[in-house]
Amino acid sequence: MSVGILILIVLCIGIAGFVLGRQRALSRAAAEGRRLHSLPSYYGQSVLLFATVPALLLLGGWLLVQPMAIEGRAAAHITQADIPEGSSHDLVMADVRRIAGGLAALKAQGNLSDDDLARMRADLTDIRGRLASAGIAVGDTVKPNVFEAAKALAAAQTLSHMLMTVAVLAASAIGAAIAFLRIRPEARARNVVEQFILALLIGSSMVAILTTAGIVLSLLFETIHFFQIYPAREFFLSLTWNPQFRGGSELGIWPLLWGTLYISFIALLVSVPIGLLAAIYLSEYAGKKLRAFAKPAIEILAGIPTIVYGLFALITVGPMLRDWIAQPMGFGESSSSVLTAGLVMGIMLIPFVSSLSDDIINAVPQAMRDGSYGLGANQSETIRQVILPAALPGVVGAVLLAASRAIGETMIVVMGAGAAARLNLNPFEAMTTITVKIVSQLTGDTEFASPETLVAFALGLTLFVFTLGLNVLALYIVRKYREQYE
Amino acid sequence: MTDATASVHGSLFQADARTRRRRAAETRFRAYGLGAVILSVLALVFLLSSVLGNGTGAFRQSVIRLEITLDPAIVAPKGTDPEALAKVTTIGYGRLLDQEVIAELTAKGIDTAGMSAKDISAMLSKEAAADLRRMVLADPSLIGQTITFDAFANGRIDGYFKGRVTMESAALDSNVSPAQLLLAERMRDAGLLRLAFNPGFLTAPDASELRPEVAGLGVAILGSAYMMMIVLVLALPLGVAASIYLEEFAPKNKLTDLIEVNISNLAAVPSIVFGILGLAIFINFAGLPQSAPIVGGLVLTLMTLPTIIISTRAALKAVPPSIRDAALGVGASKMQAIFHHVLPLAMPGILTGTIIGLAQALGETAPLLLIGMVAFVRDFPAAPPEGFFDPASALPVQVYNWTTRADPAFMERASGAIIVLLVFLVAMNAVAIVLRRRFERRW
Repeated sequence: MSVGILILIVLCIGIAGFVLGRQRALSRAAAEGRRLHSLPSYYGQSVLLFATVPALLLLGGWLLVQPMAIEGRAAAHITQADIPEGSSHDLVMADVRRIAGGLAALKAQGNLSDDDLARMRADLTDIRGRLASAGIAVGDTVKPNVFEAAKALAAAQTLSHMLMTVAVLAASAIGAAIAFLRIRPEARARNVVEQFILALLIGSSMVAILTTAGIVLSLLFETIHFFQIYPAREFFLSLTWNPQFRGGSELGIWPLLWGTLYISFIALLVSVPIGLLAAIYLSEYAGKKLRAFAKPAIEILAGIPTIVYGLFALITVGPMLRDWIAQPMGFGESSSSVLTAGLVMGIMLIPFVSSLSDDIINAVPQAMRDGSYGLGANQSETIRQVILPAALPGVVGAVLLAASRAIGETMIVVMGAGAAARLNLNPFEAMTTITVKIVSQLTGDTEFASPETLVAFALGLTLFVFTLGLNVLALYIVRKYREQYE
Repeated sequence: MTDATASVHGSLFQADARTRRRRAAETRFRAYGLGAVILSVLALVFLLSSVLGNGTGAFRQSVIRLEITLDPAIVAPKGTDPEALAKVTTIGYGRLLDQEVIAELTAKGIDTAGMSAKDISAMLSKEAAADLRRMVLADPSLIGQTITFDAFANGRIDGYFKGRVTMESAALDSNVSPAQLLLAERMRDAGLLRLAFNPGFLTAPDASELRPEVAGLGVAILGSAYMMMIVLVLALPLGVAASIYLEEFAPKNKLTDLIEVNISNLAAVPSIVFGILGLAIFINFAGLPQSAPIVGGLVLTLMTLPTIIISTRAALKAVPPSIRDAALGVGASKMQAIFHHVLPLAMPGILTGTIIGLAQALGETAPLLLIGMVAFVRDFPAAPPEGFFDPASALPVQVYNWTTRADPAFMERASGAIIVLLVFLVAMNAVAIVLRRRFERRW
């Protein structure tokens, strides 16, 4: 039975429970001649909630835990000798999973009975051919142990699936029955339902905590794992980044950190003056018409996905900078460069800086402007000497938030900055960033236990700590130094 | 007194040096501000025009119109029952196509001197024969008839008419020769070859490195749609439930503070970190398949949640307390007051925030790269819910994928895909604006 149908059945039980529960409440109230404590539909709702929510939670949890629990058993069949040269345990297990999937598909088509399966042996039967008929392609000939593991996996999956179906249906039925039997006219159904819903609301708001915990734990565990096979000293102090997938890599973070900071610096150099001046002009000088047009236009920039900026850097800005500036002046030949990524990222950050600064400038009270004008200052003097100092903490906070955005930005640097890890000052050369290397180390067929892959988690943790630190600092500055106007 | 000052500072009608300096500084400052505004708007215009200008070509494709007689001797040598038809390979159809092209060329009197049949057949897309075969397999009654078939021209020929390929570049290119380009020009003049709207760009799956002319966005659009479905189904209820709790029920305590801090931090976590989370938790830990919309949907849900929670809380806050008080006053419980009265009134704001969150999620690329959505996927995923577990691509990832390929024809397609993405985003934002305008109440 597929998961979709299972969910539908649970929902049907719930809806039937709702109708029956409501009727039962009404009929019992009529029979006993009492008034119901709650509205009739609350009795129905209590049955509905008890029938569906625990069962669906069980289903979700089971689906999440099942692969881990049963793959361990199948993996026990694989010995060291079954892992071919140049391959790894993970790859062999992927094969096992594919074959198990093929066996399940064959069974589903009715081409394979349980007896057949028990008799099938890798060294006797043409497994490849049978699997190919089910649309599953297997690389080379299947080794006996691999096939045994796949058989065990397929069997465990079937068993687990059956148990899950039974357990979920039982949970649903039991929940419905308990709630149904509890229906009496004096039962406080509304209170029960509201408590239940409140619990659901609390549970939903816990997702945020769970997500953060998930991020921190997954980054932390894999980073610890990384430092067990690669010296932390090298990672933090080495000045070269040179991953070799055959081992003997040098994985120093400095070239990446330098690229990240350099590009972010250029991006801020572009976005902070433009964004701040645009915000000042729009809130202090611009007429209604210009504001009505320019403000949304700048905000459109914020709604454009970063992949669009990336493509812009790749096909327009990069070649332009190379052909017009870098090549004629002999700075470099590369179209992907620090300057390309920095410029484009700067454009992306303009609306970020300008809308944050706009809010802050508008929060400065009119009385301060009036006071300044009263002393004879003109508009620009008022802005520079009264408004900006008053808004400074907020502006600094906005700049820090923009910096945290710039450091964590991925697509623009992947497409605009290049992949060469360098410690260099020339902005027309390609350099690379932390995010680019996370992408390049984790995409493609990678073996999970090698330092070259695990380093991505250490980089991710660095990134997470950096951006989190900047955000906390920004909030702190804004809170600490904000002028309180009445 | 005025006399005295006038004698020191000169006339008020004549600005002194200091005033002139101050006024000049004022004008300069204004000019900087205006310059910044103009610069940002120009950046927007330049960005959009460069991407849009590059991409429109992807919607039009060079096709060669052929009248093909589907000779049963070639396409159905062993009868027309489906199994026998399926045995005829693409190569057979390819030969048929080649014959037709040459016949068409001689019929129109186009000079093909100095070109071998192989050169001429190489001007067709490598996928054209497969297209024809699919057409026949889908409708065997066509066999024996003469049909009009639009065969795609090779990507290089197409590039010539779009200005991407020139005679000079063709001379250096092993895939196309100047003679072929000249012939293509003669074919266009004879009306045999033309640029036509290409619906396949929106519906066809991705194609391999050598066949840019048939690469389409079908799988990517479907994958993105699946992910948006998952995000909507998970993030909307979760986000609304969390906001209701935090805004209406949560007591002021440590736990509430912790939740609030977490939500605001999650909103600022770089998107790629969510990708790492997806890879570590959903794929490695929970064993969900790589490149599957379900994993992408879950990751994007977690990313969108803060957006939805923040806008939902604002919408709930905007509902005046008098509504709650009135409901409580006539005997509603707190839960009833919120679900029956506050929530419906806040709904337009919630939906607006949700749509904007979805639009953000639709354009998100980086986390999807890490969970394997860059893989080359040609098969359409099945219908949901099983299809959620099939490999698929996503619109922004498809763009990235195409930019990494060598043939410049894929750049044009990447820009075209961006146009499609932007159309979706504009449509979603327009719906959000309309919702806000139509239903938002001012209290």
